[in-house]
Amino acid sequence: MEAGQRRGRVLIGKVGLDGHDRGAKFIARSLRDDGFEVIYTGIRHTPEEIASVAVQEDVDAIGISLLSGAHNELIPAMIHALCQADAGDIPVIVGGAIPQEDISYLKDKGVCEVLTTGTPTQTILDVFRMVANEYRQKKHTYE
Amino acid sequence: MNEHPSFAAWEENVLKKVLERTPERAKEFVTDSGLPIERLALPETVDEKYLTKLGFPGQYPFTRGVHPTMYRGRLWTMRQYAGFSSAEDSNKRYRYLLEQGTTGLSVAFDLPTQIGYDSDHPLSCGEVGRVGVAIDTLADLEALFTGIPVDKVSTSMTINAPAAVLLAMYVVVGEKQGVKPAQLMGTIQNDILKEYIARGTYIFPPRPSLRLTTDIFAWCSKETPQFNTISISGYHIREAGSTAIQEIAYTLANGCTYVQAAIDAGLDVDVFAPRLAFFFNASPDLFEEVAKFRAARRLWARFMKERFHAQKPASQTLRFHTQTAGYSLTAQQIDNNIVRVTLQALAAVLGGTQSLHTNSRDEAFGLPTENSVRTSLRTQQIIACESGVCNTVDPLAGSYFIEDLTDRIEREALTLIEEIDRMGGMIAAIESGVVQRQIELSAFRYQQQIDRGERTIVGVNCFQEPEKVFPQTFRVGKAVEENQIKRLHEIRKKRDNGKVKKNLADLEEAARGKENVMPFIVEAVRCYTSIGEICDALRGVFGIYEERKGF
Repeated sequence: MEAGQRRGRVLIGKVGLDGHDRGAKFIARSLRDDGFEVIYTGIRHTPEEIASVAVQEDVDAIGISLLSGAHNELIPAMIHALCQADAGDIPVIVGGAIPQEDISYLKDKGVCEVLTTGTPTQTILDVFRMVANEYRQKKHTYE
Repeated sequence: MNEHPSFAAWEENVLKKVLERTPERAKEFVTDSGLPIERLALPETVDEKYLTKLGFPGQYPFTRGVHPTMYRGRLWTMRQYAGFSSAEDSNKRYRYLLEQGTTGLSVAFDLPTQIGYDSDHPLSCGEVGRVGVAIDTLADLEALFTGIPVDKVSTSMTINAPAAVLLAMYVVVGEKQGVKPAQLMGTIQNDILKEYIARGTYIFPPRPSLRLTTDIFAWCSKETPQFNTISISGYHIREAGSTAIQEIAYTLANGCTYVQAAIDAGLDVDVFAPRLAFFFNASPDLFEEVAKFRAARRLWARFMKERFHAQKPASQTLRFHTQTAGYSLTAQQIDNNIVRVTLQALAAVLGGTQSLHTNSRDEAFGLPTENSVRTSLRTQQIIACESGVCNTVDPLAGSYFIEDLTDRIEREALTLIEEIDRMGGMIAAIESGVVQRQIELSAFRYQQQIDRGERTIVGVNCFQEPEKVFPQTFRVGKAVEENQIKRLHEIRKKRDNGKVKKNLADLEEAARGKENVMPFIVEAVRCYTSIGEICDALRGVFGIYEERKGF
């Protein structure tokens, strides 16, 4: 079995104008080392662009890193774009500088997990494993 | 006192002039016990080796500092980076900081401004006023400096791809306050190369961007001779994960690229080089950081003298701003960050910085609150006024450890710079992605060391405690974006749109040709042409940069 098939395909992306990509690149590399197939978008993408790549690549989870404070606008916009493409069930994980009081808002909007600054790498990997695995099983049942 | 004739020559030719112009802060400096403190501690015998490697402060190769008296003459500029939401709100914060004793302003712009989009651009949605102040037109910059005399305060602006636009606006704000461009003091960051490498707010491809840079160099040397035309920045390279050695190597390699571009454009090195400034990170490893600053000064002096044949001492000096390391701040036990910042600020001072920003304890979460900002400023003031470290020049010089570390960092950095030269220079290295990849690898290794417990971070991978409360973070209200867009639309209605169109057409033509674009940008901002409109005109001529993918 290919390494990428063992744990699934995930998209790691940056949405909006924020250029801080140290965290996103670190997570991308860590996920790859953990057996995921990782599609990394690079910086400065619109919510719609990220959603469209996620659909095209048929990913099992989307991880978005944001440090600019624009998450309350951009993340719901991306989930909306996913829903428009009939892909609203792809799990979305948000990481970065997200104030505690915004977490429930993002979860209401459909975010599956928010991993803020200081989260240990192993926790992040565990969340991706669990979420991607669940989604793959669900997908499999549909097929 | 020292017998070597070079010491007497330094006293006569360098020190005396500076003392006449800027007397020291005190007649006599003493320790707590009353022992007199020498201006400059020296080895028992000053020999050729000492002179080649260290020399005297304010003299080539500037290892010991760029001024002969350093902080005995004048303390560093305490310059706290700030800016958020509207120009009016940021103006209030600046006035507060000035009241609290900051000695220079440092403007943070929001991301749309930094990438040359107006607040009503679709890509600006959610970003207006978030990480800095939103500037669309001259009206915003006028509001930002209301009640702040621009002939008295030096202003640093973190603006890169659209640096020419903000500089032009600042010049016109000055004019409206009755201040001549020649009186303006401050810095535009204007360092596009590190945007491709590490920071991400690029607009145009590298080559036309370098042309904008050299246009600014040329224009400023005539119009704003006291303004630093660039702040060549290692800070963000370090924040992206580089080592200390990579930080100075890539920064100085970028510096060489700008200098070469300006020389190729026909500028005289001794005319533009004195206005080049630098910006570095102060990271946790105290001695390595001190050695890094000293090595950077020596390397740059050598490059300027030997590679670019700069004659004036001012062309050979590496003057720099420092900011403490954002990446070192932890979300856990946030008060510990105050201690981290103190050590890092101390490294910057022992390394001879010209200005300093100290981070605030809560910045792992977002923009700092006013209380945290005050503590971080107080940290600088305590180092300056209570610690005694400012009473002698380059106090760590002559330490076997520091001098050896300085030599080794210099050597290693030089090796990296030569590698870039062999790749055909920095632009080629950026386009191939080599530099970005090297930094990513360092960042990955660093984080792995923390995860594996090989590198101790207090409160993160040892001495942990359950976190009880989350800090209150600073929030930018939602109304900011709406208000900003409203204001922009009002200005578009009020201004002379015929003039705007004509100025934009003239600018485009200049950009297509070889004429310096600065005067055209000044005319455009004067009639309230927006930053987005100006950058769009330039996008039409220069095209846009696409990032390399991959990790």
